[in-house]
Amino acid sequence: MLGRSLREVSAALKQGQITPTELCQKCLSLIKKTKFLNAYITVSEEVALKQAEESEKRYKNGQSLGDLDGIPIAVKDNFSTSGIETTCASNMLKGYIPPYNATVVQKLLDQGALLMGKTNLDEFAMGVLLLSSTLECNGAISARCSLRLPASSDSPDSASQVAGTTGMPHHSQSGSTDGVFGPVKNPWSYSKQYREKRKQNPHSENEDSDWLITGGSSGGSAAAVSAFTCYAALGSDTGGSTRNPAAHCGLVGFKPSYGLVSRHGLIPLVNSMDVPGILTRCVDDAAIVLGALAGPDPRDSTTVHEPINKPFMLPSLADVSKLCIGIPKEYLVPELSSEVQSLWSKAADLFESEGAKVIEVSLPHTSYSIVCYHVLCTSEVASNMARFDGLQYGHRCDIDVSTEAMYAATRREGFNDVVRGRILSGNFFLLKENYENYFVKAQKVRRLIANDFVNAFNSGVDVLLTPTTLSEAVPYLEFIKEDNRTRSAQDDIFTQAVNMAGLPAVSIPVALSNQGLPIGLQFIGRAFCDQQLLTVAKWFEKQVQFPVIQLQELMDDCSAVLENEKLASVSLKQ
Amino acid sequence: MAAPMLRWGCRGRRWAFARVDGGSCHRRGAPTGSTSNQIRGESSVAQQPLHTAQKTRKGEHKWAAVVGLEIHAQISSNSKLFSGSQVRFSAPPNSLVSFFDASLPGTLPVLNRRCVEAAVMTGLALNCHINKKSLFDRKHYFYADLPAGYQITQQRLPIAVNGSLIYGVCAGKKQSQVIPKTVRIKQIQLEQDSGKSLHDNLRSQTLIDLNRAGVGLLEVVLEPDMSCGEEAATAVRELQLILQALGTSQANMADYEIQRQINELENGGEILNETRSFHHKLGCTMSMRDKEGKQDYRFMPEPNLPPLVLYDATSLPAGADPQQVINIDQIRETLPELPSVTREKLVQQYGMLLEHSFTLLNEVGLLEFFQNVIKETRAEPKKVTSWVLNTFLGYLKQQNLAVSESPVTPSALAELLDLLDSRTISSSAAKQVFEELWKREGKTPGQIVSEKQLELMQDQGALEQLCHSVMEAHPQVVMDVKNRNPRAINKLIGLVRKATQSRADPVMIKEILEKKLSL
Repeated sequence: MLGRSLREVSAALKQGQITPTELCQKCLSLIKKTKFLNAYITVSEEVALKQAEESEKRYKNGQSLGDLDGIPIAVKDNFSTSGIETTCASNMLKGYIPPYNATVVQKLLDQGALLMGKTNLDEFAMGVLLLSSTLECNGAISARCSLRLPASSDSPDSASQVAGTTGMPHHSQSGSTDGVFGPVKNPWSYSKQYREKRKQNPHSENEDSDWLITGGSSGGSAAAVSAFTCYAALGSDTGGSTRNPAAHCGLVGFKPSYGLVSRHGLIPLVNSMDVPGILTRCVDDAAIVLGALAGPDPRDSTTVHEPINKPFMLPSLADVSKLCIGIPKEYLVPELSSEVQSLWSKAADLFESEGAKVIEVSLPHTSYSIVCYHVLCTSEVASNMARFDGLQYGHRCDIDVSTEAMYAATRREGFNDVVRGRILSGNFFLLKENYENYFVKAQKVRRLIANDFVNAFNSGVDVLLTPTTLSEAVPYLEFIKEDNRTRSAQDDIFTQAVNMAGLPAVSIPVALSNQGLPIGLQFIGRAFCDQQLLTVAKWFEKQVQFPVIQLQELMDDCSAVLENEKLASVSLKQ
Repeated sequence: MAAPMLRWGCRGRRWAFARVDGGSCHRRGAPTGSTSNQIRGESSVAQQPLHTAQKTRKGEHKWAAVVGLEIHAQISSNSKLFSGSQVRFSAPPNSLVSFFDASLPGTLPVLNRRCVEAAVMTGLALNCHINKKSLFDRKHYFYADLPAGYQITQQRLPIAVNGSLIYGVCAGKKQSQVIPKTVRIKQIQLEQDSGKSLHDNLRSQTLIDLNRAGVGLLEVVLEPDMSCGEEAATAVRELQLILQALGTSQANMADYEIQRQINELENGGEILNETRSFHHKLGCTMSMRDKEGKQDYRFMPEPNLPPLVLYDATSLPAGADPQQVINIDQIRETLPELPSVTREKLVQQYGMLLEHSFTLLNEVGLLEFFQNVIKETRAEPKKVTSWVLNTFLGYLKQQNLAVSESPVTPSALAELLDLLDSRTISSSAAKQVFEELWKREGKTPGQIVSEKQLELMQDQGALEQLCHSVMEAHPQVVMDVKNRNPRAINKLIGLVRKATQSRADPVMIKEILEKKLSL
């Protein structure tokens, strides 16, 4: 039952093959068994069981609320949940219990979904894109990403004082490894597929330390869905935070159009790019969840007032001959692994062989995207983090000499180096003397990047097909090595421009690598053509038949849980 | 408790102080009345002598202030600028605070339509260009009563720009002439108010009240076109009247700051960049927050609010939901009568002097009082004007009362003026009646007149008899009259009046005397 898709289990609930409480308990037991994955920060067992009980009553009375009624879901721990601790994986918010639900959480609960818990992430979701100081800045913005102290030593800028930064921020890695609750382990580390490949490798090291990262920053949500502890999870996506871990964990990771889904209650990273993301095991499931979430919210002025087709049903495409698929040539970067490149090109061939038009397109400003993102992201971060001062909520230090001293110490203790580094550089970019040279220029470049997409779509392209990540997930020990810096920064090259343009994008698992690990490809659609995008993704998903993760060995006695599942045979397209 | 009523401060702007020979600025009295904090202004006067920096000896130079103002007027609205919290004065601390006002993470601003309408209305009344598209920005600074660490304001593209405010400055020997002056309005912007910090020095702690946090403000930026505190105060007063007429702000306010700066300069002090608050009990402004040290606000576009788009009749999209759009032309049609128009009407309708119309509008409630008297009395408007502005206002001022606190009602004054108009009493008797009315003993003017026997003597024969007696008793004065001493007849009139206990009409007495003396 646990291995089924959301749609399948929803049908089983309706037919009475299983009750919401049984389903909930199975998921809870799996959550406990997979605790070592560190997918959850908070498991809301009592809440979930109570919700399951209510759901069960509804089913008994024939008053089901719909496809999501009784379905276990998980929510990234940067969405506010009323009465349930919401930490952003930061010391700053440890113990913070919001008095309200994020709109997306409320909508899921209103549909009868069961909230299993809050999932792990990089601190304040700052996990995906991190620029190393060695990264060259080029062209339009002359942003020196190495950080300078903003003001002369005799009159320090108040911002830097309050940021409480004692020195240069350390470089840090992405990949849901960077929260105060520790890194998330990729369930595929324990899959039969990966283990078998590792055995063949004579250099295989100690298995326990060999675990893989999930990618970030919604790694906890990805691990939770991938390990069958829930049927769907909310992530957030600012630069690829949902699509990146989805690719590494063999899931569908969907980033809706900016403005389609409310951000109210999502603790912001970059307001102008954040969107709630959806992680599921198949495209149809993502569409069901999107159907529940999409729509204008009076509490979020950036949501659009377009009427949404509900329920959000995806037609099964029989024919792709009228489709035009664009392949952005700038996405063929030297760092791209040959396996991913080969899958990308096979996917293009597949479309072409089925009659679709596949053309090369140019997104000429792609290479400026990361630097531009850095300026805009850190600036908004500096601003958004200003509220965490220890006064109204969250962590507060013991120092009470003065309000300023309290602020500084609270923020030094509360934020990790990555967050403090971003606050510092963001404040630097926003200084009066720097604003025009950095922030305004970055905004202009952002416009150019967005226009690149508009031009591509205006040339007749329906969806763009790109890699999601440079390669499959890497082991943690390798990941934290110094020489992985540039790669981790580059990893978002394929995902983050989409956020700057506000477009919908989805990562679809395609096949397993030679190592036995998932590889995803990304489809990018026109703004607010989310349904069309998912329809194409669904067709593609059907063609590739991505294998189900085989976790029997990991869960030993959990095999009973999975025994009835018809596990699709591994059908690597390679 | 410090009630921050006025915040004056320099925002990096410096205007010249120039020495001049004539005319100085004189201090205006501390404000009276309201204790609420409805308007806060920012003014800048900074020293920049024309000559090179020399030590200024006290009183050696006169300073001409060049004054610009940034006035914060609290918008009259039921809820806050970006949240649904109620706006109410003197509620228990932290009882009007939404999740957004407390800056809980994940909350987002939602713009209050009423505040936008108030800004558009004010912009139109101040002859501004209304920007069809305006933007919101974040202004960052760390302060305990600013929970988000930034204030949402309109720095780059405010809702209204390039307006003007016409106000009248009193001039002439008796300050009885009104000279119209114009101050340019740079911009009007919408912004959030902060909370309040209450410093408990005894326990060395600061208490925060967020009731005010997020209340909508209109910041009106006046160009430095005013030359002294008197002008600035008059301009601000005119602005206050306009805001009150529009109903966009209660706009209770005070002014004090400029004289303080002049004194400071004359005493050789320095003007610091700071925000000052007005302490209504002490009648002076106090330093609130040190703005020295070149604060960099790190302005940034507010990413959670799309551009604010306004429409007019020509740009309004067809089929637009009236709840979702704001039509500038529609607001223009609903603008109430502005003070300048009211004054013009008063001058035309009642033939009063322009400066009288200023006085009528400047005192809260005085115009309404005047109009109520006019409605109920047969007396000439000029008479009413004179009585309201001289007698009535004089009494109020003397006792430091507001119009609403007056012991004399408009009806009572109207009745009194009727008695005067029908020559039932003399004007000196009328003054006596007024004084009785002021005692608040609940008697009508008619009752007072009859109790005190203040009616004029209407008996011609008796009066003629009295005149005769007086003439006989004072032959010398009669001689003087006959010798064409012009003052002598007045003396006779006075003597007759005294004999009637002031109950006779001097005009009547004069007529009889002239007849008897065959003048």
